[in-house]
Amino acid sequence: MGYVHSDGRTNGSLSDQLPTAVKILIAGGFGVGKTTMVGAVSETKPLRTEELLTEEGVSIDDLDGVEGKTTTTVAMDFGRITINETLVLYLFGTPGQDRFWFVWDELSLGALGAVVLADTRRLADCFPSIDYFEKHGTPFIVAVNCFDGARQYQLAEVQQALSLDPDVPVLLCDARSRESGKNVLIAVIEHAMRSQRMERENRSG
Amino acid sequence: MSEPEESDESRWIDDHAGPVVRPYAVTRGRARPVTGKFDLISLVSTTRAVSTRDAGLGPEHLAIVALCDRTLSVAEVAAHLDLPLGTVRVLLGDLLERRLVRVIEPRPAPVLTDDGIFEQVINGLRAL
Repeated sequence: MGYVHSDGRTNGSLSDQLPTAVKILIAGGFGVGKTTMVGAVSETKPLRTEELLTEEGVSIDDLDGVEGKTTTTVAMDFGRITINETLVLYLFGTPGQDRFWFVWDELSLGALGAVVLADTRRLADCFPSIDYFEKHGTPFIVAVNCFDGARQYQLAEVQQALSLDPDVPVLLCDARSRESGKNVLIAVIEHAMRSQRMERENRSG
Repeated sequence: MSEPEESDESRWIDDHAGPVVRPYAVTRGRARPVTGKFDLISLVSTTRAVSTRDAGLGPEHLAIVALCDRTLSVAEVAAHLDLPLGTVRVLLGDLLERRLVRVIEPRPAPVLTDDGIFEQVINGLRAL
């Protein structure tokens, strides 16, 4: 076991006491409630971090005719949940889907899993996220945010409309609710754990 | 981009005006850190107090040293200082080179294959 110096810092030589950080991504179309969900379950209000991109960092983009436009800002909202003394969970809302894919690559690297938030009035908005996670092998679930006034669909209908693999869990949520957000996060972790077990079994024959 | 209505007096003194110092000025034009990789969720903590032999550090360096008295991720450092991630990575590189901070990189995905991390996260979330 480690001990704590009088200044409050843990002894650096005891590597088993060092904290680890893990992350879950919250993806989905614009305005679907990504930042709302991050804020509802995080221990502080959502934080925002920005990446400045120079032109060579952005793939072919419709900047033609915009002389002198050399930098773009990609903003990511995120939150933190301290799981225990040695484990911190970060939730990252993904930036706009139609560009900045390399930011997604950085975000999804090492992610435990992803939540694709869906709005049944604009289901197609979450296609790019689903495509991305399928292609990159990131375990994901679909959480249908229940907006007031939106028609309630059967989850099976959503699953079919999104042509999801039957293994991908689809559930209802309220992005404003802490309890609902917790359940969504637990569901994605359970799904990721199942996916990894299956992968291990397949690999071992 | 539509800007909210605001009076002339406030126009250049709020967040819309951007940082007072351009990000590349904070790093003296450097785009890459001298050392370190700095993932978004790499955890940074201060290892010692700044002393007289630490000449050449700017106010942003000192702000990071003060901030990381408790362990924070690279993303949190950038958010709290209101600086772009690239800028913060350069500053962290300077601090790492001087051993003023300790950085814990996240575990690569293959190491996560045991269920321990998943179970810890699930238990932690249930206990919230």
